[in-house]
Amino acid sequence: MTAFLPFNRRHLLAGLGGAAALSLLPQVSFARTVGEQRFILIVLRGGMDGLAAVAPYADRDYAALRGRLALPDPNAQGGVLDLDGFFGLNPALADIHPWYKEGQLLVAHAVATPYRDRSHFDAQDLLENGTVTPHGVASGWLNRALAQLGGDTGGRRLGLAVGQGVPLVLRGAAPVASWSPSPLKEADGDFLDRVVALYADDPMLANALKAGLGSASMADHALNTDADGAMDGAMMDGAPRPKAVRLDPAQLGTATGRLLADTNGPRVAVMDLQGWDTHAQQGTTAGRLAGALGNLSKVLVALRASLGPAWRQTVVAVVTEFGRTARPNGTGGTDHGTATAALLAGGAVQGGRVLADWPGLANDRLYQGRDLAPTQDLRAVMKGILRDHFGLDTGALDKAVFPGGDTPAATRDLIRT
Amino acid sequence: MTLQAAIATNRFGLGARPGDITAAQSDPRGWLEAQLARDPGLPPDLHGVEDSATRLAATYAARKEKDEEARKPLREALRAAYRDDAARRTRAAIATDAPLRERLVHFWSNHFTVSTSRPIVAAAVVPYENEAIRPHVTGRFADMLLAVTRHPVMLAYLDNAVSAGPDSVAGIRRQRGLNENLGRELLELHTLGVDGGYSQTDVRELARVLTGWSVAAERDRDTGTFLFRANLHEPGDKILLGQRYSEDGMGEGLLALQRLARHPATARHVATKLARHFIADDPPPAVVAALEKSYHDSDGHLGEVTRTLLHQDAAWAPEARKVKTPTELVVSTGRALGTDIHPAVDDGDTDMKAARAEPALRSLALLGQMPFAAPSPAGWPDQAADWVGPEAMVQRVDWALTVGEKLGDRIDPRRIAEQALGPFAGDATRQAVARAPSAAEGLALLISAPEFQRR
Repeated sequence: MTAFLPFNRRHLLAGLGGAAALSLLPQVSFARTVGEQRFILIVLRGGMDGLAAVAPYADRDYAALRGRLALPDPNAQGGVLDLDGFFGLNPALADIHPWYKEGQLLVAHAVATPYRDRSHFDAQDLLENGTVTPHGVASGWLNRALAQLGGDTGGRRLGLAVGQGVPLVLRGAAPVASWSPSPLKEADGDFLDRVVALYADDPMLANALKAGLGSASMADHALNTDADGAMDGAMMDGAPRPKAVRLDPAQLGTATGRLLADTNGPRVAVMDLQGWDTHAQQGTTAGRLAGALGNLSKVLVALRASLGPAWRQTVVAVVTEFGRTARPNGTGGTDHGTATAALLAGGAVQGGRVLADWPGLANDRLYQGRDLAPTQDLRAVMKGILRDHFGLDTGALDKAVFPGGDTPAATRDLIRT
Repeated sequence: MTLQAAIATNRFGLGARPGDITAAQSDPRGWLEAQLARDPGLPPDLHGVEDSATRLAATYAARKEKDEEARKPLREALRAAYRDDAARRTRAAIATDAPLRERLVHFWSNHFTVSTSRPIVAAAVVPYENEAIRPHVTGRFADMLLAVTRHPVMLAYLDNAVSAGPDSVAGIRRQRGLNENLGRELLELHTLGVDGGYSQTDVRELARVLTGWSVAAERDRDTGTFLFRANLHEPGDKILLGQRYSEDGMGEGLLALQRLARHPATARHVATKLARHFIADDPPPAVVAALEKSYHDSDGHLGEVTRTLLHQDAAWAPEARKVKTPTELVVSTGRALGTDIHPAVDDGDTDMKAARAEPALRSLALLGQMPFAAPSPAGWPDQAADWVGPEAMVQRVDWALTVGEKLGDRIDPRRIAEQALGPFAGDATRQAVARAPSAAEGLALLISAPEFQRR
């Protein structure tokens, strides 16, 4: 990268003039006010079955309750990968199993948002808006956290949405970037000036475009160099650009990791993974859910590799809108449920633990007789990360980020000190 | 040319072709109402699309093939069939003389989403639209609801085809049971809406009511068509939304759908979604109320409800509040240019051969809205915030430039601006287009302009 100065959006931004250019260009001096901590939120859309991802194999009711969806215990062929003698990881997550021993993987189990109904769309909205009401506010808790973090960032965009849109959790007052690969011809220079001028009376389009150009510049910088410094991407119109339209999970993880590894890049990223709504043929160690878990595993492994030394300052949180029914349904799958598991991974995580006030799986312990009962609030876990990883103060967390007061309190000791 | 005519073609149509604004200008609302009054049948571009039963049968056959070498071409043929269908559907939208109708097809198809994310139905999504949606967009909601709910593609997509009453003959013998996916989405997405006042118990009861609504398999006659499997049906009474359904086999579901179609919460849900789609992300309550009343008074006649929409003052407000979806952008560009030629970018990506053969489809893939690829049963979002992210906006502008460079040498962008937007185009946009250094950039600016990105 060092010797190569491509003609890209970074260079033309100077032409946009004044405030726009200032707000888009990363500036070295901001590094002093923004720490090196990274946070990546992976949202599993569709409702991930926590009892299948992290199985309480030693719970005496587990095997009978789960029936044909029960995973074998660790000693059996294709069995779960033991964590603590009680919980085991689905073998589809084998690649991150060693992280647990290294203390870089933590599981929060029997966890749920405050949402207690079973609509995907309301549940995702609430997971992202950080209140107790679906559609209660139009901004996301992570954006509000960024606004708290901000201080003097000089307009630098600390948040990154991986994908074409910005998910609710990252929407709000703090400007964020988004990135996804594209093979289209890249608009530049005078042409962009003209488009920006046309948007003078249309702030929505103008702001989106300006934010996008900032990300493109950032992405050019981070993605045109691969691990050994060679250029990655086909030459078109004299500018290097990413090749693929649809990245596979590993590529997506790698691209995201590289963007975050950049000292002047974003510090917080959100990415979505699909394929968790396993109403039929869910499978155990193979099948639909195992495929989705395998993709998640690939993303995590790629993130760790591409973040390089920055992994030490990274927390990745893997969350979903709700869990699924504890029992299999009539079609080899599971229906919408309540509590589930969340994963925290990263060098900054004080891992090697399963954090759970385990409710048990006996019939009378199930929520409404059908779902894993929630015993910890996902907001507490997120508060714990934001407080101890980013140093957000409790008052701001309880008022602005998760505006529900001091309940639930931030979970302690999630972050390595 | 009048502003009203430009609104009729852009907000309620799919964008103006050369001559459309002129054609609409003597009576813009009448131009739209005439489309509601007359069903021209399946658009010519869609003639030749096979029916869903044929596609499902082919899908089952491919699944059954154990030999991988033999299976591969079967699956590839199914994928090609989907792509061909999707391309035809896009061409139909670009070519149609009844753009309001076609827009309604897209709207209702999205309301009752099925998605290629489930491979079992991927080759039959366009046939599903042709069979269950198209015939009803100006008919009764109840008829569309029934057509959709008993359609094999919906029954497979939301897993009802395999749902078994726990106490049904097959449920007991084969230890199978209930799948509540269709029951839930029917209440939450298709009819009452999430705040429509139903409970988890109602979800289960509706799933019980609908047990047996299934699809004929390979071993059955008429493979791939609707089949009521009495041996899957849960026996006994059910109570849905406080009303008792005595054991009546398939009759229970028919009655439940009729009642759901007449439910006041359904009227409100449908009214809100229509108003949001055509007028504003946050639609005026008075418009929603008027549509709701129209739905109620006409017993859910969608042609009437749409007509009521066209008689709202807010529908004709000069400000274009809706941002086009990628589909609307690509289709309206195609209509403005009077061609279905769109840029194919050769980047050596083998994953998207499809769209290389069919550039409009490729544009949709790049901009993030492949037909029938919505990420969930809720369908594509219908609000600007979901479509105008930073990256998406850059891609729209990049796409505009790519289109401009591909086609700019053949057209005069000033003329296109006049024909496609007419009085909709503001002075700044007209000047920018006229002063652009090349026709290519002029066209790209026109496509990028707020007046073209919105409707």
